[in-house]
Amino acid sequence: MIRYVLGRLTSLIVSLIVASIVIFAVIEVIPGDPAAFMLGVNARPDTIAALRAEMGLDQPLITRYLAWVTGLLQGDFGQSWTYKTPVADLINDRIWVSLPLAVYALILSTLIAFPAGIYAASRRGDAGDVTIMGATQLGVAIPNFWFAMILVLIFAINLRWFSAGGFPGWGDPLQAIKALTLPAIALALPQAAILARVMRSSLLDMLGEDFIRTARAKGLSRRQALWRHAVRNALIPVLTIIGLQFSFLLAGGIIIEQVFFLPGLGRLIFQSISARDLIVVESVVMLLVFTVIVVNFLVDLAYAAVDPRLRTKA
Amino acid sequence: MSRNLIIGSLLTALFILLAAVSFVWTPADIETLDIQARLQTPNATHLLGTDHFGRDILSMIMMGARTSIAVALVAVGIGMAIGIPLGLLAAARHGSLLDELIMRGNDLVFAFPSLVIAILITAVFGASAVNAIIAIGIFNIPVFARLTRGAALPLWERDFILAARVSGKSATRISVEHILPNIINLMIVQGTIQFSLGILAEAALSYIGLGAQPPTASWGRMLADAQTLVSIAPHTALVPGFAILLMVLGLNLMGDGLRDWLDPRIRVVRT
Repeated sequence: MIRYVLGRLTSLIVSLIVASIVIFAVIEVIPGDPAAFMLGVNARPDTIAALRAEMGLDQPLITRYLAWVTGLLQGDFGQSWTYKTPVADLINDRIWVSLPLAVYALILSTLIAFPAGIYAASRRGDAGDVTIMGATQLGVAIPNFWFAMILVLIFAINLRWFSAGGFPGWGDPLQAIKALTLPAIALALPQAAILARVMRSSLLDMLGEDFIRTARAKGLSRRQALWRHAVRNALIPVLTIIGLQFSFLLAGGIIIEQVFFLPGLGRLIFQSISARDLIVVESVVMLLVFTVIVVNFLVDLAYAAVDPRLRTKA
Repeated sequence: MSRNLIIGSLLTALFILLAAVSFVWTPADIETLDIQARLQTPNATHLLGTDHFGRDILSMIMMGARTSIAVALVAVGIGMAIGIPLGLLAAARHGSLLDELIMRGNDLVFAFPSLVIAILITAVFGASAVNAIIAIGIFNIPVFARLTRGAALPLWERDFILAARVSGKSATRISVEHILPNIINLMIVQGTIQFSLGILAEAALSYIGLGAQPPTASWGRMLADAQTLVSIAPHTALVPGFAILLMVLGLNLMGDGLRDWLDPRIRVVRT
């Protein structure tokens, strides 16, 4: 196990280093001068020169990369050009929208997918299974931002149960959760469709295993065998998918935030892109990539803890 | 042939046909604006209604199908053209440093949140259909590389490959002449799935303004335009959404159907 953890840890660190280089490089390869890019076409040369110095662009590439990474490690994400505040503060304001949204969506997705997948597997081939599988086909094919618009049309504009967008802040937690409900449903449903399919097929694999036959031979009913033995074992592959989904939900949130005008990291990225505030874009993207890579790492560890066979395979 | 394959192929064919026809004919010209006729609900002149500029929505759907299909197709093409050779190479040199490098590189690309990187690429290099293709295409590479390697490895143990090696064929020739034909079905099925994911990704990028730029019609852009109109003219949002839904659904059903038809044993990766 220790060897496995060390191996994973090494690849985690390598991934993070490569990720930071890639992101830094993408920002660097912008044709022309980032300072000129940020200031737009009408900037005076002396303004550009001043910004270049302020951004440290007169330093060599390696120095700048190292300064950026050391800053990140110390929680210093640099200074936003447009907001004139530390990027860390901007992120801190918005992460409390994006993160709860992703977690909320993950919970919803799991709550929908588990019963649906288990039900479909236990009724394999009958009308209930066919209906659920048909619904998951639709769920996989729906663009989530379109689904979000439909939700707004029905529940905000016609029924007036929810507001069509915006976020009241966490002062009143109930209102905050309410504001995140439609976005979370829009994010969760397509992911729930995938998860339900994985749950079903994993469960069907398990139901064909010898230990289920043994359990049945021992006198357990189909239902008892399913719940006591199959579901637990089927959860292992499902766990990985849930881990992967977290990254989809976090990234997918970027678009859903646009639909609902939520002041999260996604909107921060877009506002920074249109304001050409590259330092913010760079740091927020790095933060998202960092979160995703670390979550995947944790899932790998959890996976190995549950299923010892994997420790040797990797 | 299964029901899935028939329904899926018909839906896919419908959109390909719409896109193809748009090259020679559309019900109306989408570049002339007719504000008088704006936001009409579906009627005899405009079968799917008009948008806020009075443009015929059916015509825009046809032109948008072109963009969606072109972007997704080229993106899958990039993934296959680079991913399959990499996978074949990794399998042929199984256990070597090269194999390790290719696979670790794949893991790395997989670990990136694709949408975030696509946004970064289009933000930096400018929003355009071409940059959307590149952004989507890059993430197709590891999918095909991994799948190819996984499918090719067991083949290398088989007797007919051994026979080819004994007869003196090089690893490259074996990969191309014997391995590739045996895994091509799997690639076609996965290609269909990636195609559908490409359509969704293109729509998402265009929706946030980072895909195809006006005047190029795109389903994602149509939805972005419709967002503020959804309460007064729901059809402007419903029509493009259903176009995406049906096209993706068609491709997925076709992929599932093709898999069962070509080889029931193969499994596709869907994330």
